[in-house]
Formats: sequence, C-alpha cells, structure tokens
Amino acid sequence: MSVATTEAPVPATAADKEMLISGCAAIAQALRLADLDVVTAYPIRPYDTVMQAVAKLIANGELDAEYIVASSEHDQFEIVKHASAVGARVFCGSSGVGWMYAMEAIAVTPALRLPMLALVGNRALDDPGAFGCEHNDALCVRDLGWMLTWVDHAQEALDTALIAYRVAEDPRIFLPCAIGADGAFLTHSEALVKVPSKEKVDRFLPKYNRRDKQLHPDNPITVAPQVNEDWVMEIRKQNDEAMRRARGVIQEAYADFHRIFGRQGGNPFVEEYMTDDADVILFGQGTLSMPVKVGVRKLREQGHKVGFVRLKWFRPFPTPEIQDVLRRAKAVGVIDRDYSFGSPNYGAVLYNEVRSALYDLEERPRVISFICGLGGREVTLDSVTEMSEILLKTAQTGRVEQPTYWIGVRG
Amino acid sequence: MMMTTALTVLPTQDLQPFKGVKKVRIEEYFTSGHRTCQGCESALVMKLMAKAAGPRTIILGSTGCMYVANTTYYSTSWVVPWMHTQLGASGSAAVGTAAGLKVLMRKQRIKEEPINVIAFCGDGGGADMGLSSISAALTYPEYNFLILMYDNESYANTDIQLSSMTPYGANTTFSPPGKARRILHKRWKKNVACMLAAGHPECRYVATVDASYPLEMMNRVRKALSIGGPTFIHSLDPCPKGWDYDPMQSHELGELAVETGVWPLFEVENGILKFYGKSKAIAQGRKRKPVREYLLRQGRFAHFTEEDLDYFQKKIDGMWERWLLPGIAPFRLADDIKKALAKSEAELEATS
Repeated sequence: MSVATTEAPVPATAADKEMLISGCAAIAQALRLADLDVVTAYPIRPYDTVMQAVAKLIANGELDAEYIVASSEHDQFEIVKHASAVGARVFCGSSGVGWMYAMEAIAVTPALRLPMLALVGNRALDDPGAFGCEHNDALCVRDLGWMLTWVDHAQEALDTALIAYRVAEDPRIFLPCAIGADGAFLTHSEALVKVPSKEKVDRFLPKYNRRDKQLHPDNPITVAPQVNEDWVMEIRKQNDEAMRRARGVIQEAYADFHRIFGRQGGNPFVEEYMTDDADVILFGQGTLSMPVKVGVRKLREQGHKVGFVRLKWFRPFPTPEIQDVLRRAKAVGVIDRDYSFGSPNYGAVLYNEVRSALYDLEERPRVISFICGLGGREVTLDSVTEMSEILLKTAQTGRVEQPTYWIGVRG
Repeated sequence: MMMTTALTVLPTQDLQPFKGVKKVRIEEYFTSGHRTCQGCESALVMKLMAKAAGPRTIILGSTGCMYVANTTYYSTSWVVPWMHTQLGASGSAAVGTAAGLKVLMRKQRIKEEPINVIAFCGDGGGADMGLSSISAALTYPEYNFLILMYDNESYANTDIQLSSMTPYGANTTFSPPGKARRILHKRWKKNVACMLAAGHPECRYVATVDASYPLEMMNRVRKALSIGGPTFIHSLDPCPKGWDYDPMQSHELGELAVETGVWPLFEVENGILKFYGKSKAIAQGRKRKPVREYLLRQGRFAHFTEEDLDYFQKKIDGMWERWLLPGIAPFRLADDIKKALAKSEAELEATS
C-alpha cells in the first residue's frame, strides 16, 4: 500500500462533530465510520457498553453490519474470525474472564493472519468477584501475535480504533489488534470527542482486501492445514516478521492520520510528560496517566525533577523509543495495573518488559516495579508521591533497595 | 430510512435430488491427498457431502480426524475452499462464514450468488464440546448453512477415547475392560438429531444419514443446503480403527446399524418427521435384526457377556417399543395429555 505522507496537511474542518460520549461510545463511532461488516456481542462488564452503542447504531440504520448476539465469548470470537476469512471487516471484544473464555479462538487468530479488531475493557480476572480494572486479561495474549495498544481517553479510543484497522488490515501485517481500555475509567467515562466526517475516514482507511487469502469459491484455498514440524516454525517466523513490520506501518498510519485529521501527531508509541530534564520517570499505560500527571506537576512545583511516560503500544513493544526516553533518567518506576506472580523480582509484567528493553544500554537507569491500582482501585495522588519519593531516593543513592513495591495495599 | 422487521434470507442453490446413482455428477470435490485409514467411512461421508454440494461451496472443518487426516499441507484433498475451525466451533464457523458472505454481497464487494456453507464436526466436536455453538447456530434463521456431524463414536484421531456418543460398554482407551470392572463406560448415547430438531423451531431441516446408503445420504445433504436457513445432519460412520473390525466391513456395519435398529434414519423437514430407508419399515413393524449381529462384529464389544448383549438389546427394544417417537424421542405421554393431543390431532386432520 502506498502511503502519501508527503502530501500537504489537511486542516481539521468544521465537518468534525463534537459529541459528549464515553470511551466505548467513541469506539462505536469509529466502527460506524469504518463501515464495519460483522460484529458479535456477548455481555460482560465493562466492555459491553460498546456493543450497546453498536446495537443502537444498527437499530437506527446508522451502521450497516451483520450484528450477531453470540452464546459465549468463544462463539463470539470464532464467528468474527470466520467472517474475517471471507473478507469482512470485523469487530469483537470482551473483558476479564470473558476474554479468557474465548482464549482458544484468540490464540489461533494471529497464525491465520486475520486482522480482527477487539476491544478489551480491562477487568480483574475474578474470582474474587471484581468488576474493576486490571490489565492481566489483555496481557494474556502478549506472546501470541496480537498487536496490543492501550488508550488513555475517549478521543484516543476513537482515533486508535481507526488506526488499528488501518495497520491490522495492511497486507504487510494482517494481524489482529486489541485495544486495551481501562474498565470504568475509560469505558464508561464521558468526554468531549471530535467525531470526524466519513469522507475523511474514507481517505485514511482503505477497504479491507484479503486478496489471494480470501476464502471464496473463486479462490479455492485450504486455510490452516496440518503442517506439524515440517512448516510450523516457518509460519511462526512469518508472524514474527509481520510483527516486526508493524512498527513501520504504525508510524506511517500515525503520520497519515495526523495529516488528514490534524490529531495524533508526535511519537506514536510513547507519550512524554515533563521528561526533558527529569531525574526520575514514572512509567505506565492507560488511564493512570491522569493522576500521575497531576502528581508529577505538583512535585515539579516543589522542585522535584519528576517526569512521566505513557506507553501507547505494548505490542509491538517500542524498544528503541523506550531506550531513548528512559536512558536519560537515573531511576524509572514502572507502574503496573497487573501482576505476574513468581516472575523476576516478583515484579509485574510491564516492569519486566521495560527492564529487559533497557538491559542492552551501557548506562541504564535503576528500575523499580510498582504494583498499583489493582481491581479498579484508584491510583491516588498520595500513591504518586509515595512512588516518586522512592524513585528520588533510588536516584540519589544509585541503589535499588527493594525492587518491587505494592502501593496502596492495606495491612 | 426503511423500517423493517422482515427476515432477509438470501436464495439458496436449487439442488434437486439425484435421481439414481447414474445421475450423480462425476466430478469430485474431495479427492486424493488425504491419509485417512483404510475403510474410513467418514472419508466417504466427506466425499459424498462435497459431491452433493458441488463447486460453489465453502467447507469449514472443526478439529478431528477429518481435519487432521485430510489437510496435510501441500496435499490437501479439498478441491473447494476449506478452512479449519476449532474443536467446539463448527456452529460459529458456519455463522461467521455465512454472515461474512451475506454482508459482502449486500455491500456489493463480492458477486451476489448462492454459496453453500457447510461446517462439519466429529462427535466429540459436535455432541460434546461444540453442542452449545451448534445449538446457537441453529437459532439464526437469516443465514444459510449446513452443519454435518460425522459420528464415528469416539475421539478416533487422538487414540480412540470415549465421547458422549460412544455406545454403552464399548472398549475405548478411556474405558478399557479390566479384571475388576468389565464395563467402564455406562452412559447411553445422546440423541443429538432429535435434541436439535426438537429444540430449534427455526431450523427447517434435521436428518440422520448413513453413507452405506450413499444416494439417500447425498440427497439429504442437497435438501439441507436447498431448504434455506440453518440445518443439521448427523451421520453414523463405522470406524475400523475405533470399532476394531476388518476395514472391508465398513459398508456392512453401516447397514447393520440400521437393520438392527441401533441407528434410525429419519428427517424432520419443515416440521414434519419422516422415517426413511429401512428404518421406515422398522417403524412400521418390520422385525429388526438382533443387535448381537452388529455388536459381535466389532472388537470394541468383544468383552461383552450374554448379560451385556441382553442389556443392549433391551435398550434398543425399548427405544422402538416404548418411546413416544420410536428410536427418536425417549419419553411417553401422560394419559390425559395423550387424550387431549389425540383429539387435537383429529381436529387438525379434519380441517386439513
């Protein structure tokens, strides 16, 4: 696909409509604009408000798609998987254990090279009963060939859904993509969202064309045959290569998006906040950026050189950007809304990814794991101060006294 | 904007029954390249199913023998487009494929034409793990597809483990006869076709088939694909490896299953139940062959004593003599309901 990034920028026009909507409703608007073909719904909180919004769009004739209420998450993901194989643009989603129930279908989708888009409304894997946000659900696919992105606000949710389709359906990629959206904080919180015109979206997002991989009587192929040890390694390697290519395709897509819509400029992979001269950097993904940014600003007012970096794409993991941004700091605190019991240093998932990404640097910051905000517990300003103080002390001494902290836990 | 509550169902292919073996098309759509066992009746079912459906067909196959043995990379036996689906996903695969085709035709991204969609599954994939997905699939009246369950009565590809469709008492690797317990598997086979026909009022066609009667089998596939909406066929497939018999006897065992009454052939078409083939005569009173003629030709029942054979025979007798719908519905009516229903049946007859 040729991407004309050198064309003159297209100014944002009055055709953008502003709507006060939730993160889920913003994604539903993106689906309408993307002229979605097949969507499957099954209820679980909190992701399911997106399907309620989709159902309304379909009932009102604003979106023409096959709308299928499935009988389980496994059915839900299998149905769109097969619809995608015949050439339909598809959408699906789930939360917490619902996502796990579909895991068999989810696990095989990347090898089939099907560009499914899914929303994971992040939720604790309960038991124990909990509706609140944890990232362990979506993170379960981190090794399987899904692209994974986390969004921070409703506008970014809408924009990222369009970008995700563009990247996933690029014939150089053909991989599924999941958007992580913090349960309640993003899925249900309303914000003013600029909803672009269909005409602009059509300029950005070409039709899904499966080409010679399309399942159709005119193209009688056999999909997913038995390959065993003869070919499975080559197929896995192809997945790996597609994921490596995704990096460049994501960059192209953001550049084009910025040109057409006037938003999403800057680095596609990470957002930096007050990092220029920062001695210590807090690092995290999703909606915790709000309290952390406020906390950082307050600490700056007191003269502490604290900054924040928000990760936008977890897969492909932006190693060069992480190295480039974090190498300047003396200490980095990775805030995880997840856990990874028994992992190195008993730290959490993102922490170990970041630490690994920094390892090849000759001079690298100390890295601390902060496990925080599990099950939807708020990341408070006090927590931000506490984490920053630990980092400032680490920067001062240059020593990691304790690699992992659980923040905001009673007892 | 047009307000609509009507179902929009695409037209299906007009697949008239083959009138005699000589009228069957010569082209094959399931051909060489597979590596099923000698005497595999399920491979024959695949071949007949594809032949009955013809070239404008997409076939989805859930995990099982007919996936593992038929789609070796670079030597696929499928001439029509084929895609694997997960073990419990044949229903979902059919729905997703049909929905995708439908919307792409509506949006004029592919040519509008009736394309057959068939999803097949084994007894493990269909009657065990995938039953919920099939049940759900049969409730979507706006999509045209057939789900075919090839039932060889065990997980035959993974070393012959019992499924809920394995007959009572059979020797499988999960139910070996031993010194302390001769019979480890004491469950009675589910009646999947009846369950699905009775439980899914929008489903217009459900049938049982047996590839020992190939013409009748193919014509039922053609009917299922022509009638519109979601349909289901249950095929009983003798399996030399799992049932433990000489591969040359597959055809005879398929016949014996019907002649002994173990496998009733019936179809429910637009709400009307009909027996067909030899099962029709049995339902009308023709004597069934003793089940021992069927059971003792299979090594999986070699440990059966006279007592076990008697038990099996009594169960089959009961199925034909005491069930409300012989061989199909395993219950009877209370007397008052019976009277009321007989009256309303008579009224129905009088008015029609």
